[in-house]
Amino acid sequence: MLLIDCPHCGPRDETEFRYGGQAGISCPTGDVSDEEWAAYVFMRDNPKGWFRERWFHVHGCRTWFDVERHTVTHEVRKAR
Amino acid sequence: MRFTFDGRPLLGEPGDTLAAALLRNGVRVVGRSVRLGRPRGVFSAGPEEPNALVRVGADPMLAATTVELYDGLEAWSLRGKGRVDPDAVDGRRCDKGYLHCDVLVVGGGPAGLAATLAAGRAGARVILVDDQPVLGGDLLNSRLRLDGAPGCDWADGLSLQARVLTRTTAVGYYDHNYVVAVERRARGERLWHIRARRVVLATGAHERSVAFPGNDRPGVMLASAARAYANRYGVAAGRRAVVFACADSGYEAARDLAAAGVEVVAIVDPRNGGPQAAVIGAVVAGAVVTGAVVTGTTGDADGVLTGVQVGDRHFPADLLAVAGGWNPAVHLFSQSQGRLRYDEDLRAFVPGTSAQAERSAGACRGVYGTREAIADGYAAGAEAAGRDADPGLRVPECDEGPQRPPAALWWVEGTSQEESFVDLQRDVTVADLARATGTGMRSVEHVKRYTTAGTGADQGKTSGAAVVGVMSALLGAEPGQVGTTTFRPPYTPVSFATLAGRDRGALSDPVRTTAMHDAHVARGAVFEDVGQWKRPWYFPLDGETMEAAVLRECRAARTAVAAMDASTLGKIDVRGADAGAFLDRIYTNMYSTLAVGACRYGLMCTADGMVFDDGTTTRLGEEHFLMTTTTGNAAAVLDWLEEWRQTEWPDLDVSFTSVTDHWATVAVVGPRAREVIAAVVPGALDLAFMRYASTPVLGVEGRVFRISFSGELAYEVNVPWRYGRALWETVLELGAVPYGTETMHVLRAEKGFAIVGQETDGTVTPHDLGMSWIVSKRKPDFVGRRSHSRPDTARPGRKRLVGLLPDDPAAVVEEGAQLVAEPAGGMVGHVTSSYASVALGRAFGLALAANVEAGDRLTAVSGGSSHGVTVVAPVFYDPENARRDGEPLAFRPEPHRGECRSESPAAAFAGRFAAASGPRARLREVPFEPMWEVRGTDPGTGLRLGPSWWLVSGNITPQPDWVDVSGQRTILELSGPDATEVLITGCPVDLDTLPGPTQTLLGRTSVILERRERDTYRIYVRSSFTRYLAEWLVDALDAL
Repeated sequence: MLLIDCPHCGPRDETEFRYGGQAGISCPTGDVSDEEWAAYVFMRDNPKGWFRERWFHVHGCRTWFDVERHTVTHEVRKAR
Repeated sequence: MRFTFDGRPLLGEPGDTLAAALLRNGVRVVGRSVRLGRPRGVFSAGPEEPNALVRVGADPMLAATTVELYDGLEAWSLRGKGRVDPDAVDGRRCDKGYLHCDVLVVGGGPAGLAATLAAGRAGARVILVDDQPVLGGDLLNSRLRLDGAPGCDWADGLSLQARVLTRTTAVGYYDHNYVVAVERRARGERLWHIRARRVVLATGAHERSVAFPGNDRPGVMLASAARAYANRYGVAAGRRAVVFACADSGYEAARDLAAAGVEVVAIVDPRNGGPQAAVIGAVVAGAVVTGAVVTGTTGDADGVLTGVQVGDRHFPADLLAVAGGWNPAVHLFSQSQGRLRYDEDLRAFVPGTSAQAERSAGACRGVYGTREAIADGYAAGAEAAGRDADPGLRVPECDEGPQRPPAALWWVEGTSQEESFVDLQRDVTVADLARATGTGMRSVEHVKRYTTAGTGADQGKTSGAAVVGVMSALLGAEPGQVGTTTFRPPYTPVSFATLAGRDRGALSDPVRTTAMHDAHVARGAVFEDVGQWKRPWYFPLDGETMEAAVLRECRAARTAVAAMDASTLGKIDVRGADAGAFLDRIYTNMYSTLAVGACRYGLMCTADGMVFDDGTTTRLGEEHFLMTTTTGNAAAVLDWLEEWRQTEWPDLDVSFTSVTDHWATVAVVGPRAREVIAAVVPGALDLAFMRYASTPVLGVEGRVFRISFSGELAYEVNVPWRYGRALWETVLELGAVPYGTETMHVLRAEKGFAIVGQETDGTVTPHDLGMSWIVSKRKPDFVGRRSHSRPDTARPGRKRLVGLLPDDPAAVVEEGAQLVAEPAGGMVGHVTSSYASVALGRAFGLALAANVEAGDRLTAVSGGSSHGVTVVAPVFYDPENARRDGEPLAFRPEPHRGECRSESPAAAFAGRFAAASGPRARLREVPFEPMWEVRGTDPGTGLRLGPSWWLVSGNITPQPDWVDVSGQRTILELSGPDATEVLITGCPVDLDTLPGPTQTLLGRTSVILERRERDTYRIYVRSSFTRYLAEWLVDALDAL
């Protein structure tokens, strides 16, 4: 059970949150190729190590925020 | 204390474990082994027990060494494994608990007690868990003296500043110092979830066994167990004993057995040179045989031990106490992902590198001496509390002798034909391990899986080291090279009832109900689960079948007037200067151009272009919309809106407030719907199609939307939750026939309206549904737009929504049936909806199918039956939309007179709340008060719920941009000295450090929790979850 530090509510159990996948993926605007669009919709990184990801405090203050999580040790730290 | 074993009445003493009581009564054979059926007796005195497995009541399999005796206990022997009796009566009431601390100490022996003392004195918030009824750990089992007094006196004399949980076994150590422990309470177990800043593991050590021929006979037991039964329970496990002392703890056992009146005939020590007589006592000194090993055992006709073979010598004995050395109990350390290392001196695996904020203290890291363990505990406790060791803490004097390193002995090759057992519970022998290594297996993990060693309920606590030791001997490797298998939770078996806690039966998942629920129950409705909601499926009259009821309900809606409880539809209040622009980006169609007062049906897609949700959204004001969502998707849609606003378009001025529970909704449907509307809400009588009116309903605030999901004249009438039941009853009194979700589905299918989740499954675009008309070509962008021109979504030949007419008009084809094109066209799609229609006088269906046209003949195949069907357009009824305005009023009904009765969400619980309340805890529903949710500017009052988000309540004048949510939640008040103890059974947040009102979970539902005074909490719960939470709280109060 991860302990996730919500910027508004402080540290809370993982069960209060919804996972939001990789952070920093913006919806492309303007003319984009099929490949670029498919990369946005379907493709995500899957690193072994630190990973910047989004969480949503769904049962709390309903804030979206980013953290960094180590995918091997599950250490969580503030996103830099 | 009276108890029975296999039906035999026996007597035990208070404080006995079942194993102690059985030994007290001379019971040698407790059960038979799982594979070979060999007789087995008590082997240990703790949770590591591999042999003495029993059934007690509804518990199919427990270790007799862990069962506390009680008067009237009935135990039954087992052959190696238990069987669940589904008819057994289980009166246990289990629950959960959430705790938070600075320092968690696991284990109440000398090291754990010392750590608890040190951490508590340093000012830390400390929790101590220990699996025994009393603290002391191995001090309970020994005759050791501390400062000249019995060791237990030292333990009893400590004043611990900690929450102490006895009879509590830490079973799992998870990420971020989350430790799960099972407390055995009188009424049932409690599963504690403990979050600790730092953890001190003081879990002690398990004595290990040695593999030698005949080592499984009843009468062979661990020396530490024989010592514990003698010292703690006053039970002699035999009359004549041989002690196999591979470690010096065997001498201590021999001394204590002799003191208990057991004749110690031999102490067999594989090492050369014994300890001094002064240390072990003169009584047993003469029995020491050094440089020798036990090579076999003899038994009587029942297989019970009669003697011990030491080479050529035979010692008659009924007890063989084996001191094979010690294994630190590294289970929790290993679960925490810490790395073990092999210690050559201790000949055991010990904690190496920590992975979490944790340290081990005492025997669980190989510090075996009592004084050394206490000193280690002091240091660990102070370190965990972030302080230097307290100089005021003194290590007591102890009469313990020095300990020599144990013999490196795991396996004795005897001369007898008897098997040498490694894992007693799984009946795994040295020969089995040799067979595994002989086939080429080198990994202990492979050998475990091949032989099943270590896979029993005891998880190989006494055998794991023996497996590694024997394997190292067979492979000619060091134990450190062989390594251990992975330690996984739980440390000891945990029953499913314990894991479920209160989440079982009616509380297994929250049941959401509408304001009209009790009226539906009274009317005999049959319910259907939609998400967590209970919705009336149909309303059978006396003796009516479902089919007949649905046909009758459909007929009423098509020919007269009918009504449905539509309260479960998601309702989201959308406000802000950019509300219209935001909706343009979320929906496939336009909203920014919608006139104030008008409703529009909309479809939204996910980024991959697939249909996500649909519903009607109404413009209530220039910067104010009300969105409706499908029942099952309401929360997901609200999350979706929040995600796009916060993460993609933070510059847009728009906010969202759920008002699903604030409004109770009745759909009044049918050509004669005006007769009901005229009486109930006369202000809406002239409302045009797809228009909205804010007008009194039965004299209270209301909203009416003229929208139709059936093609008939229809009104969706909304009142605040507390008036919902009164509105519903009035509408039915005025002649509307109640209908449920099945009739709703038939009516919409006749019109060809798709249902998200029934016609769609995440692979269907609006174009696939034949709804290209709702996809705007004028808007620059909306979520999913670009995906509609991807090659796969734009290609011809995708499955499309079509209608089906079965050849047999009475055949209702099964939903999900495959559609096969004849003669050899293969599978082209599947049936998504299928019903009997009273309006059409026949069965019909909807389907998704590729490459078919109206007039095509297909076969619908399902479960061995097949039906010929013809493809038709997916609109079966009134394709010209001629019916939507219904019939004009033939007469002018009188407006309904009489009071619109108000009912709070927990009204039905008032009596049960009072009955469940007592001096320790009281529960009540707070009388109604208006509430608003506020966004943007701090209102200067109320509860802060999030960034720029407040809840304001009370009899005050609201600002125009506050959203009325008076019906969205009700307030339950829990007070009294035990209020916090009730809440910790379901609330994961740290209530002691709660900074202010907070949103969190209670049980399985979201709440706002406000601590108004030390012992008074207000719980704001969604109206639809109130029934669930009320039942949950009553159960929790009952558990006090």
